[in-house]
Amino acid sequence: MNNRLIESRSDKAFDIVNGFLLVLITVIVLYPLIYVVSASFSDPMKVLNGEIILLPKGINLDAYKKVFADNEIISGYWNTILYTLVGTAVNVILSIITAYPLSRKDLRGGNIFMGLFTFTMFFSGGLVPTYLIIRDLGLIDNFWVMVLPGAISIYNVIIMRTYFQSSIPFELQESAMLDGCSNWRILWSIILPLSMPIIAVMVLFYGVGHWNSYFDALIYLRDQAKYPLQLVLRKILVQNQMQQLMNSASESIAQQQVLAEGIKYATIVVASVPVLIIYPFLQRYFVKGVMIGAIKG
Amino acid sequence: MGSSNKLDRGIGKNSTMRYAIRNYDLYIMLIPAILYFLIFHYLPMYGVQLAFKDFVATKGIWGSPWVGFKHFERFFNGYNFGRLMANTLGISLYSLAVGFPIPIILAIMMNELRNGVIKNTVQTITYAPHFLSTVVVAGMIISFLSPSNGIVNKLIVALGGQPIYFMIEPAWFKTIYVLSDVWQHMGWNSIIYMAALAGIDPELHEAAIVDGASRMKRIWHIDLPGIMPTVVILLILNVGSIMNVGFEKVFLLQNNLNMPASDVISTYVYRMGILGAQYSFSTAVGLFNSVINFILLIIVNTISRRVNDVSLW
Repeated sequence: MNNRLIESRSDKAFDIVNGFLLVLITVIVLYPLIYVVSASFSDPMKVLNGEIILLPKGINLDAYKKVFADNEIISGYWNTILYTLVGTAVNVILSIITAYPLSRKDLRGGNIFMGLFTFTMFFSGGLVPTYLIIRDLGLIDNFWVMVLPGAISIYNVIIMRTYFQSSIPFELQESAMLDGCSNWRILWSIILPLSMPIIAVMVLFYGVGHWNSYFDALIYLRDQAKYPLQLVLRKILVQNQMQQLMNSASESIAQQQVLAEGIKYATIVVASVPVLIIYPFLQRYFVKGVMIGAIKG
Repeated sequence: MGSSNKLDRGIGKNSTMRYAIRNYDLYIMLIPAILYFLIFHYLPMYGVQLAFKDFVATKGIWGSPWVGFKHFERFFNGYNFGRLMANTLGISLYSLAVGFPIPIILAIMMNELRNGVIKNTVQTITYAPHFLSTVVVAGMIISFLSPSNGIVNKLIVALGGQPIYFMIEPAWFKTIYVLSDVWQHMGWNSIIYMAALAGIDPELHEAAIVDGASRMKRIWHIDLPGIMPTVVILLILNVGSIMNVGFEKVFLLQNNLNMPASDVISTYVYRMGILGAQYSFSTAVGLFNSVINFILLIIVNTISRRVNDVSLW
């Protein structure tokens, strides 16, 4: 009896310590995000002086006005939206028609294809041969270079295949086959209507991937007019190049340097907000995707 | 029963042919994927032969003359071979030592939270940074750590210290890289362990409670063994990619002054190959990298299969 009491007291202490540490971790994760948002809305002078601790001070929207007036950022935004829409559509369609046959346990030779595809997860030709082949294909500076080289993620195909196998009874497909249904028909009228949750997951995974990627653009795009948002951001945030944003003669160099700080934070917000706003609503789908991926093991 | 026999049983070439003819449309569905993997993955793999050739622009990958191991020798004897290996392995091992256990601990801690609202809030917030782009995270790091007006140095100065030049001081590079990665991905990487923890039979916990086991004891004797297979699989994957330090963030955080600590194989390949157009040499460096990774993966997987009965294939 006495023993039980001591145990439960130690459990209570565990709860308190655990809760405290988790709140601390959450605050540490959250703080930089809040700081960026606050700094972007504040008077840049106050940001430079280190006056911003948590909330914005001296509300000032000049940085946002500059950002939204900048041609490069606007064009980067449009390009990214275009790459994301077309790229995600191609990704999802190809993943579905690849995952479906591979999910069929009656498919002859399925293991060969599966092995051929998954091998690419563990070994690759490397950057330079890939680059040379894409160049030989004439894809440099081509719109499709932002879509085709990453058209199918084998990891996502495996997630989808697992979903088709585990969530849709095979008997349902068998009876349709006996009725003489073609496989396209089965995919379209039986599999797809039952697969909306996993398709949502795929749209999100691929979509966020396109939105955030810069590597392919860095390597395969020369024409700045085709740059996606992330490459424009790289110039502003990492390379500190914002001449275009600063072209008006009315500001002194000192003023421009002050404003530059605000512009950095504003561009971070503008670039990240679409994903961060959508994400909490779709969190359970994302989590589901990771979990299905884990089952495969 | 009879119906499934009709569909997927049957031995011999004849029935395979009949199956393939009846289900030709399944193979048609696979055609785009086959083409995709052939063109964008297997063709470059075939193209690694460039590592053993001297690339001549007019002759292309396939027509250039063979030169054997010349490029590998040049790489191994190069002045920066040691530095590249040390940085690549250093960043990887540091990441593995710090970044691998933290999501496991975080998942166990979150799993012990009883209040559903707090649990959800903690999850939503810790997952969020995963959705920021690498460029944005690199930009945040550079701004926060700026010696003149970054918030970190403001704090150091306020506490009576001297500003630290984080981004140009090679000694800081690996720590910045690893800790920012932990910040960005620990929540997301814990999801997979949360899933494994949710799969543990609650009866085990109930029985342990009856026996008077404390929370710590149950974590140690039930939760940890329960998620071990997941931990091992992820460890195999991590060790198997130990030479693949993510190009994207290193490249963005790299500058001329921190180069002694930040130059890794992938950024070197990019610089030599894409910027410097030394195609054969950089292909050889890349191939060396891939081969080491692949060998590591096989070794770890084999050990794990022998010892734990857990393996990737």
